[in-house]
Amino acid sequence: MSDQLLNLTLHVWRQNGPNDAGRFETHQAKDITTHMSFLEMLDVINEELIEKGELPISFDHDCREGICGSCGMVINGVAHGPQKLTTACQLHMRQFKDGDEIWLEPWRASGFPIIKDLIVDRSAFERIIQAGGYISIRTGSAPEANELPVPKKDADSAMDAAECIGCGACVAACPNASASLFTAAKISHLSLLPQGQAERQDRARKMVAQMDAEGFGGCTNHGECEAACPKGVSLRWIARMNRELVRSMVRAEAPIESRDR
Amino acid sequence: MELRSNEPTGPIEHRWEKHKESSKLVAPANRRRYNIIVVGSGLAGGAAAASLGEMGYNVKCFCYQDSPRRAHSIAAQGGINAAKDYQNDGDSVYRLFYDTVKGGDFRSRESNVYRLAQLSVNIIDQAVAQGVPFAREYGGLLANRSFGGAQVSRTFYARGQTGQQLLLGAYQALSRQIDAGTVEMHTRTEMLDLIVHEGRARGIVTRCMKSGKVSAHIADMVVLCTGGYSNVFYLSTNAKGCNVTATWRAHRQGAAFANPCYTQIHPTCIPQAGSYQSKLTLMSESLRNDGRVWVPRKKEDVTKRPEDIPEADRFYYLEERYPAFGNLVPRDVASRNALYVTNDGLGIGPEVDGERRAVYLDFADAINRLGESTIRERYGNLFEMYERITGDSPYKTPMRIYPATHYTMGGLWVDYNLETTVQGLFAGGEANFSDHGANRLGASALMQGLADGYFVLPFTVGNYLGEVRTLPPLSEDHPDVKQAIARVEERIRKLMNAPDPKHAPEHFHRLLGKIIWNKCGMSRNKEGLEEALREIPKLRDQFWREVKITGSGETLNQTLERAGRVADFFELGELMCLDALKREESCGGHFREEYEENGEALRDDEHFKYVAAWEWTGNPAEPRLHKEPLSFEYVKPSKRSYK
Repeated sequence: MSDQLLNLTLHVWRQNGPNDAGRFETHQAKDITTHMSFLEMLDVINEELIEKGELPISFDHDCREGICGSCGMVINGVAHGPQKLTTACQLHMRQFKDGDEIWLEPWRASGFPIIKDLIVDRSAFERIIQAGGYISIRTGSAPEANELPVPKKDADSAMDAAECIGCGACVAACPNASASLFTAAKISHLSLLPQGQAERQDRARKMVAQMDAEGFGGCTNHGECEAACPKGVSLRWIARMNRELVRSMVRAEAPIESRDR
Repeated sequence: MELRSNEPTGPIEHRWEKHKESSKLVAPANRRRYNIIVVGSGLAGGAAAASLGEMGYNVKCFCYQDSPRRAHSIAAQGGINAAKDYQNDGDSVYRLFYDTVKGGDFRSRESNVYRLAQLSVNIIDQAVAQGVPFAREYGGLLANRSFGGAQVSRTFYARGQTGQQLLLGAYQALSRQIDAGTVEMHTRTEMLDLIVHEGRARGIVTRCMKSGKVSAHIADMVVLCTGGYSNVFYLSTNAKGCNVTATWRAHRQGAAFANPCYTQIHPTCIPQAGSYQSKLTLMSESLRNDGRVWVPRKKEDVTKRPEDIPEADRFYYLEERYPAFGNLVPRDVASRNALYVTNDGLGIGPEVDGERRAVYLDFADAINRLGESTIRERYGNLFEMYERITGDSPYKTPMRIYPATHYTMGGLWVDYNLETTVQGLFAGGEANFSDHGANRLGASALMQGLADGYFVLPFTVGNYLGEVRTLPPLSEDHPDVKQAIARVEERIRKLMNAPDPKHAPEHFHRLLGKIIWNKCGMSRNKEGLEEALREIPKLRDQFWREVKITGSGETLNQTLERAGRVADFFELGELMCLDALKREESCGGHFREEYEENGEALRDDEHFKYVAAWEWTGNPAEPRLHKEPLSFEYVKPSKRSYK
């Protein structure tokens, strides 16, 4: 492993609460080793800021191994930064060159109001799941697990869709700020399994209605979501969501009313 | 303080059933009259909150993340054990029970472990019905694998993301209850104290991490499912936010803390690359099936490229020392040996703070024998992850690995009902000490979290409420509540206004972690522990004098959040060292250098066959020790040996 030190210029979005206008602030990052993760680089800057008596940059993060979905920021215009299939927390500084300028922004979407600096409110995703992203099964009432075989192909496809970590990069990358990939992944995961059939009819309608009510835009097939997704969730799930939606509308008895935001 | 395990007697296979039969119930129509607080939304907390909500109780659930789906259970890779015996290879509830008691090195309670093994089968049924996409065979039935050296294939898995998929199952059940209005979810909210009234847990004090607002939440009882304390080491495989604050605050209000010195070290993690490192990443243990562990024989070779070190100069220390098991010795043995060879100056990789702490895990032989494509099939995703983090390709050069803390077996003392020594305060999942003894088996953490959350707590909570019937109303103006709020506010004020502010909280956390890792880590001795017990209080005083937090406490302030957690780690760290000092034997994850025989742990059942439950006395240096004696009616204590 070769070791190299980088000097970088960072332009970081600073916004003190949802009502502040916000602005870019410039920081110099000196002697950053290429083995650091991107968030560790921010840790180093933050520790310096604190020791100087200034406010550190606020950003969401937790597991730092690419699975919890907490972290997320737009790095040089790209959600989660330049490396494919990689969350911001798993991005390492060897992806950058000495002297680089880096622009850091929060997810920008009206469905994701800014809380502070790079932290946004993703509770809209919670409400989309609450609208129908589950199988209604009481604890203790489940049948024996092997009673219902699931073809391996279906189980594997369901797992592909279920890989979504709910980070919101798809929304940030979409020119329409659409939450279609997120919503479609959950609808597809559950509709592919025999256990999810009983509620299949309503699930797509309820979840899509909620997605619309949250102020996310519609899908116009740009495909930016798939390109930004750190887990490689496929665009084809959106096609499947649309099929599910049409299918359920044809069969629906009453329209689904969207809930309060 | 009296420790009553409240475990039923009689034949072990009937104990849980018997216990349920003799317990109190709350009728469905009465459940909505009860308010229950659940702190934590991982496998245990999420499952408990969802199940209690479904039953009709009023539940408030709290988590520090922005969504319950982000709890650290999500990061578990390997799998979940269940005694289904789908593989017809001789597994049974009894065998899972036996393996867990033995694996825990005879330091757990037999009744609890048996119940865990019994419930394991229900967990799989529940998860499958929720839509958890477990791996399947071509015939459509569930697939299993053998995990962590088990002699049967009882582990269920969903690619390398079993924890994620199980947590999403619980999260979706929880989301359904939030929509139904039975669970009120509080995200970005941190529990900072416990409200105790007339000897019973009646609520919590929280800080909203967005607004900084401190508030009291009053209820009929409180359930803590807030995970483990591995981050006391600063570097661990836990998420950055994982902390001991909820359980530690409860400990300070009377809940005994059990066996804090039992911590588990995972042997195959990516080593620290520099002093800035913020966390460690675990690589699946399965890598040791094909990788060979070695270091250079000569100190002068440690800076050479591994390719340039001839075969004769390589020290395959596990294969030489443990010819029978070789690279597949258990986690603790593999970890300790990595420590010893690096102590001898044979560690490789970059120097961090003057030390080289890494060993090679080499796949060259396996690639020669099986071909690169077979190895890619088996470990492709792990190799990719390694390369993403280190920049090196394990197909071309050996991996560098080193042990890291990964799980903590200790936690709040609980009885058979998972009730702590504070009435009305329950603890589930990694937050309690109950089922793993001194060492946890692979794929058993998910099992325990979900058993507690889906099947034990929903029942024992009802038993408690059925027993107390009606609790007197408690108003927010009551002195017990006001004092709890005042404690929290005073502490925040103190943190924000240190007399001589100099350093961010991480600075102190790193120093504390270093003390704990070096003196209460993989290998411990009396001298080191006594040194740690002198150093920790000094560093703690320095922390309270010099911690620097900018901004205000009345808004989102991540530095303040971290400072509060570090403050609690200081007190817990001291208790860990005291517990490790007092336990003059080696067992499971606790290895005392004075108590060994040919490098193997030497347990002392005559003097230490007990659970050490520590009571807070107001002075962190002088907690009071209570002992719960353990008896083994079914599994006869025997010695572990891997020579």
